[in-house]
Amino acid sequence: MKTDELINVLGANLEVVKGGQLRRTFVIALAVGGIAALCLMLAIFGAPTDAFGGQYLGLKIVAMAFTLGLVVAGTSFLVRAARPGEPGRTPLILAALLFVAMLSAGVVALVVSQPTAWGEMVFGPQWAACLFCIPLFAIAPFASLIWALRRGAPTNLVRTGAMIGLVAGALGAAVFALHHPGGSVPFIALWYGGPIVLCSVVGAILGRRLLRW
Amino acid sequence: MDIRSDEPDLRALMLAGLDGDEAAHKALLNKLSVHLRAYFKRQLVRIGKGPTDAEDLLQETLIALHTRRHTYDRSQLLTPWVYAIARYRLVDYLRRTKASIGEVPVEEAPDLFADDDATIVDSRLDLHKLMARLAPKTRRAIEMVKLDGLSVREAAARSGMSESAVKVSVHRGLRTLSLLVGSGTAHEDR
Repeated sequence: MKTDELINVLGANLEVVKGGQLRRTFVIALAVGGIAALCLMLAIFGAPTDAFGGQYLGLKIVAMAFTLGLVVAGTSFLVRAARPGEPGRTPLILAALLFVAMLSAGVVALVVSQPTAWGEMVFGPQWAACLFCIPLFAIAPFASLIWALRRGAPTNLVRTGAMIGLVAGALGAAVFALHHPGGSVPFIALWYGGPIVLCSVVGAILGRRLLRW
Repeated sequence: MDIRSDEPDLRALMLAGLDGDEAAHKALLNKLSVHLRAYFKRQLVRIGKGPTDAEDLLQETLIALHTRRHTYDRSQLLTPWVYAIARYRLVDYLRRTKASIGEVPVEEAPDLFADDDATIVDSRLDLHKLMARLAPKTRRAIEMVKLDGLSVREAAARSGMSESAVKVSVHRGLRTLSLLVGSGTAHEDR
């Protein structure tokens, strides 16, 4: 086929492109993914008895700040990565800083407490639930974000896939924190941070295949 | 000719095209073809590929530029967006054809771009074969609107679909075509 012919075909009855399509796609993806994860959590654990209070309020705030911070940083990266070109590094640095801050807080909390309490702090109740449920809750947001990015045109598939995994994992963790934030700061650093990183690695591996266009 | 010096013109054409100006959109694709053909020839000659391969890649890129128009941010420069897509298509092409830049020694590469755009070759892309792989409804919509040049309203009247259904079919069909082209199954021989 001649290139001129192709250009005539592409240009015939040209469609008008409205602005803001990508933004709308992201809002839908995050809302659908987040709500699906929330419903799954409620179906498994039931409504949290002390969603906005109780003895774990402080830890709940820490867990929420950590996970939702990652969601915000990761999403701002993805919004840019959906367009061809360099998405910039600021959101990546922000996400890395959140991890560093969370880990440091965990280490500090261990240092200031008795070594005899360490085992209980790190392997608090529900660590296995964390490890299992955060990736489980991440599945729906992962799928919806892959759908959103497929409507864009990402050019670095591995990095974009990794960030999709990170945002999905962080959303899954935020939903899990509504149920139970865990008993200590080191617990959050390890059993929230670990599964989120795991989701990110899986995202990087799957991204290359799923995001191709 | 440096593409960056054309940036203001190209960007104006792009913006007009996004608002539905057919002539501007075709002019944009034509102008970009000149730059991109030279770019792909230069890149492919290093791995011993000829002008037909460059034309394949050019057409894949034009389809990608067209079907991904909504990813262009109107407040940004156009040429970095175009080159990001061109580079992505080039890397994908190299991966697909299992070639890498290092495989072919530079001295074996024929000196092809001495007379750059003097001869424009056909690509191996066969639109009609590609179309045969679309769902019948989608194919009809594209045939009427994109090949026969019917307006969306006329196409809707003829097919009994609503106008928005025709628009959606055309849009989906083009996206599917771009994926088929990208998967490397669209060519006559490879």
